[in-house]
Amino acid sequence: MTTTKRAHVHDRYGWRAWLGGFFSSSIGLKWLMALTGIGLLLYLVAHLIGNLKIFFGVDPVTGAYEIDLYSEALRTLGGHLVPKGSVLLLFRIGLSLMFIIHIGSAVALTRRNLAARGKGRYDATRHYAAANYASRTMRMSGTIVLLFVLFHVADLTLGYANPDFVYGAVHDNMVASLSRPIVALFYMAANVALAFHIYHGAWSLFQSIGTVNPKYNSLRRYFAVSFAAFILLGNLSIPLAIWTGWVS
Amino acid sequence: MNLSLKIWRQASPDAPGGFKTYEARNVSPEASFLEMLDELNERLNSEGEEPIAFDHDCREGICGMCGVMINGNPHGPQDGTATCQLHMRKFSDGDSITIEPWRATALPVIRDLVVDRTAFDRIIEAGGYISVNTGAAPDANIIAIPKEAAEASMDAASCIGCAACVAACPNSAANLFAAAKISHLSLLPQGQPERWSRVVAMVETMEEYFGSCTNHGECETACPKNISIDFIAMMNRDFIKAQFKNFVRIGQ
Repeated sequence: MTTTKRAHVHDRYGWRAWLGGFFSSSIGLKWLMALTGIGLLLYLVAHLIGNLKIFFGVDPVTGAYEIDLYSEALRTLGGHLVPKGSVLLLFRIGLSLMFIIHIGSAVALTRRNLAARGKGRYDATRHYAAANYASRTMRMSGTIVLLFVLFHVADLTLGYANPDFVYGAVHDNMVASLSRPIVALFYMAANVALAFHIYHGAWSLFQSIGTVNPKYNSLRRYFAVSFAAFILLGNLSIPLAIWTGWVS
Repeated sequence: MNLSLKIWRQASPDAPGGFKTYEARNVSPEASFLEMLDELNERLNSEGEEPIAFDHDCREGICGMCGVMINGNPHGPQDGTATCQLHMRKFSDGDSITIEPWRATALPVIRDLVVDRTAFDRIIEAGGYISVNTGAAPDANIIAIPKEAAEASMDAASCIGCAACVAACPNSAANLFAAAKISHLSLLPQGQPERWSRVVAMVETMEEYFGSCTNHGECETACPKNISIDFIAMMNRDFIKAQFKNFVRIGQ
């Protein structure tokens, strides 16, 4: 046998050796991606349920928009036990950390995978039998979602990307932003990318955390499809409703 | 039947390689894929050209030596067989077939279609064995093993180490190979004493050479033994459990 030197895909030194090197190993990074993925999926559900309040119109008692009351409730989570907005701040820090860990792990894994694959390419077209469009475009759909999230925060949380932004007036801000056709289109396109991302992610995470059972494996695909469809239809309904003038 | 073969030729590991096209005449549909290459090599020999180097040994799908990328399919278009078990009746007259070696940083080409799979040996060396003292040979069936565990272990043990999983993987990951070699021991009572050190050692060695799993599932379809990616999930589960088990074990 020849003794061909190989480039190491990754080495364990410095901080990478912490905790037995678990979080620097590819399997550990996939665990992190799966766990943060679960957190982000749960957040998506909570976010969607909250946003659907836009369809509830005006609260008859206070005369304020239901969704404005929802945002007020988020800021006053914890009541008088904690300073106003502190629970929301903790949620935001946690959410940002999940994003950073999820993306950081993806970047580290991608670099290793490219190194492992090397320069050699097959000349014949590979016949992918199991990999699907969603699984092969996770990096692309993930990047689109990241760009969207940055715009979304600038648009409806901070107000930089929305000239008519008024702090606390959630209903008016959403209508002002999504009445711009180009913004509404961007929101819808990004949500299609998100649905593709979930289609693979919500199936794949069970594999990464080792929760599989031959008897129930087929259910995971149904779960991923219904999760992606629920988030997609819910998230599409809002820009569509505003764009078509149903909600104004 | 007559075929046009586009084959990767590379004289040595460091030499630049390239494709060369050969015409194969009067190929019998009964011939296996490797027999077809043998016939071509006979002709190349008689014409004074260097024959095409390819790995092979048992030619009945149990040794894991053979394996090439055939028209973008590891081990060819047939499901659940190695290259040697593929017959030319799967192709039709006039087909052009592209034959390439496995491609991955950890599987460098030695010559033509032969790749160096030493990285697999390194993974096995890290823990793919049982080294506890077992004493004299026990009586048959004295260790009770649940049927499900025995069956699953046999499924994993059917891995022949051909590296089609790495070749098929868009990330050049060897997770299916490592998972099979870890699981066939971790499912049996004899594999328990070293279970938690084995999974860590083998995974760490695997990651020195190969990419990571993104759950495409390509390896499972490429595998000539149809080994399930459920074993990869089992390895992922054992790997995190091992972090705790080993922590406790080292403290004892």
